[in-house]
Amino acid sequence: MSKRVYITGIGIICAIGNNVEETLQSLMAERSGIGEITLFDTIHRGVIPMAEVKLSNKALLEATGHPGQKNLTRTALLGMTAAKEALKNAGITDLHQYKTGLISATTVGGMDRSEVFFETFLADPRQGKMIDIVNHDCGDSTERIASHLGISDFVTTISTACSSSVNAIMAGSNLIKTGQLDRVVVGGTDSVTRFTLNGFNTLMILDKTGCHPFDENRAGLTLGEGAAFLVLESEDVVAKEHKPVLAEVSGYGNANDAFHQTASSPDGKGAFLAMSKAVAMSGLQPRDISYINVHGTGTQNNDLSEGTAIERLFGDHVPPFSSTKGYTGHTLGAAGAVEAVISILTLRHQVIFPNLNFSTPMKELRIKPVTIVDTGHAPYRPDDTGHMDTGPDDTGHMDTGPDDPGHMDTGPDDTGHMDTGPDNTGHMDTGPDDTGHMDTGHAPYLRHILSNSFGFGGNNSSIVLSKTIDQ
Amino acid sequence: MTNIYINGLGNVSPQKTTGNDGACPVATTGFLTNPISYETNQLKCIDPGYKDFIPAEMIRRMSRIIRMGVASAKLCLRDAVCILNQDEGTEITPQAIITGSGLGCIEDTEKFLASMIRNREEFLTPTSFIQSTHNTVAGQIALLLNCHGYNFTYVHRGISFESALIDAMTQLQLGEFSNVLVGGSDELTANSFAITSRFGLWKQKPIQSLDLLKDNNRGTIAGEGSSFFFLENQKHAQSYARFSGVSTFLKPASDVELRSKLYDFLESHGLKVGDISLLILGLNGDPQSDHIYHQLADSDFKDTLCGYYKHLCGEYHTSPAFAMWLGAMVIKNQVVPEVTMVKIRPQATGYEHVLIYNNFRGNNHSFILLSRP
Repeated sequence: MSKRVYITGIGIICAIGNNVEETLQSLMAERSGIGEITLFDTIHRGVIPMAEVKLSNKALLEATGHPGQKNLTRTALLGMTAAKEALKNAGITDLHQYKTGLISATTVGGMDRSEVFFETFLADPRQGKMIDIVNHDCGDSTERIASHLGISDFVTTISTACSSSVNAIMAGSNLIKTGQLDRVVVGGTDSVTRFTLNGFNTLMILDKTGCHPFDENRAGLTLGEGAAFLVLESEDVVAKEHKPVLAEVSGYGNANDAFHQTASSPDGKGAFLAMSKAVAMSGLQPRDISYINVHGTGTQNNDLSEGTAIERLFGDHVPPFSSTKGYTGHTLGAAGAVEAVISILTLRHQVIFPNLNFSTPMKELRIKPVTIVDTGHAPYRPDDTGHMDTGPDDTGHMDTGPDDPGHMDTGPDDTGHMDTGPDNTGHMDTGPDDTGHMDTGHAPYLRHILSNSFGFGGNNSSIVLSKTIDQ
Repeated sequence: MTNIYINGLGNVSPQKTTGNDGACPVATTGFLTNPISYETNQLKCIDPGYKDFIPAEMIRRMSRIIRMGVASAKLCLRDAVCILNQDEGTEITPQAIITGSGLGCIEDTEKFLASMIRNREEFLTPTSFIQSTHNTVAGQIALLLNCHGYNFTYVHRGISFESALIDAMTQLQLGEFSNVLVGGSDELTANSFAITSRFGLWKQKPIQSLDLLKDNNRGTIAGEGSSFFFLENQKHAQSYARFSGVSTFLKPASDVELRSKLYDFLESHGLKVGDISLLILGLNGDPQSDHIYHQLADSDFKDTLCGYYKHLCGEYHTSPAFAMWLGAMVIKNQVVPEVTMVKIRPQATGYEHVLIYNNFRGNNHSFILLSRP
């Protein structure tokens, strides 16, 4: 059994970038991907904004290197793009060297083509092009991705609404821990469709001005699309291959709110349970969490429920938090993996990406999100929610990463994280008393990130991603 | 290695599989003693009397897959009360709920899609949209049981149920939970039947469903169903079976590769072909896809009793859940119903290991192994 699960590669495509680097640049520049609907005809164009990936199906198809293939859905194309980048990032070329799996998540599957088919089919059940409906099911995009990557040992798909891809990360981690797989590519993909746009619109939770997560005057979410994948590997493979590690999946939890099919409970019971389980599995205390990438959709219901659960779990020591949905929109089944990749960028570059479109704190809550780029070159203090000494000069984080010695010398206190038990997992650099890093100037105070994803059906999931010492 | 036992069953299907009133265990009464033959090319589930399982005001809003899913899950938990020898009326809340579905809630999906198109995106109501989510069955079970535990839904074609089983097995092995409610559900709708007919999947004319293997025409019969299992890491005097393992893989390159996967699977459980008392095959009456099953039955497993089940429930993504119900019932009752035998043989004794092999449209393959507890 592998006690630890490491992330060795990431890939992403979303409204703010077609790959990891572009996404990082947009996050650093606080550039939102939300704009007018262009991908399909709808009466909501010009009224409701969306966060679309800025590439057509044709361009995506060409980038896959199989331009002749005709029956790929947008969901499959996005997934293929991000999963391939993740595999490349992990430096994996030989897929038969270790037992390798793929777990992808999606909520719409091939709906982008199904709705075209249905239009004709409804008028005459003998009509409608079969090529538009054969890829309807959720498993289709996963098998396309699997075949694009060359993975066949283990392939499956998860669909639990907006928590889907965090659940894919959990399922993959468990298969590594039990030794069923040595490596697994996990994540999710969802394209925007008229179906989801109109569906969320009937619930009256789409903000016509773009989402304002955790703002008193928030008026709903903004739909986005994209895909993100992570390569998870066992500690044996990482040791044997001397692989650079991006982060560790140190804890996770899933719980059901059991309150309502779509609404979250007022006290956020499911959210509280999911976060508590994740933190407990990581062997940490809530105070050890350096930052929360919140689910923060911008709906009245989610943000109040999630915020209430956060205040309950963290008490007076709520870490800095932000929702990054103001950049990417709510990418539904891909959201958990999109935000896991963003959280890894936060860990790698020691920068909290601020919550966009925030102006007024919610009156029910004591907490408010980080709103200024927080580059993190100073130790974390609990009361200091994201107002570090940033400034234009302090942008050295851009070119950091595994080669940057600044992040390597984390000090003698930090050793042992790799090979010690859960008790010794980084109580180092959090808390006001822990001033040992004050004078280093490069202390990675962002050590453990909690990322939340909550979905319909009361499905609540949280993961803890941690920096490891070799970083 | 943690041993896992099946300690409860609930099966809503086109056959009488929900037991007799008040019987205990619910699911061991009348084990396919009066199988129903339908003249059709699509099998629909028998309504188990949903009001016994779901509050009346909720039934009205639920599409069929949700009703079937919730009813079979609740039936399974009632059965578990009996297997665990607990007081009648005890409510068991599972620690985890894991479901599989190939297509999810397609009735609600079609409904919302149709109304969006017909009404040109105006005047839409949310009910069918919010119920169209693939995890609605798992979510509704949690809601009705007030169950705050782990809640997952797998949606991978012909191995959706098996993926849920793998997760359940993994969690029990990791010691995360001591019990899991796991199941598979799929519904057949008029539209999905019409669309898949155009793929040439089904017999063009109605046939007697129990004569499925006698029909040499192309295609099979469509079906649906929902089967749930209460898995525990504890054995009870009345446990149905030991759940020994499950494995899935994508289209093998050749029959040779398939056989090597099969032998690897058996070997990983310390078994040989001769140890299998009953091999349940996914035969569905389509001569082309049945070829590989017949080949296994006539060569490697020529001395083994072979069974089949799709003439009872039809072909659908999560039909292996029906097969697992059949396998667990065989081990519990130590009887193989004649209607499920590929070649009729006299009843044997000592059914120790039941192996299920299914492949879905040649693409998704799975093995499930059950053993005497």
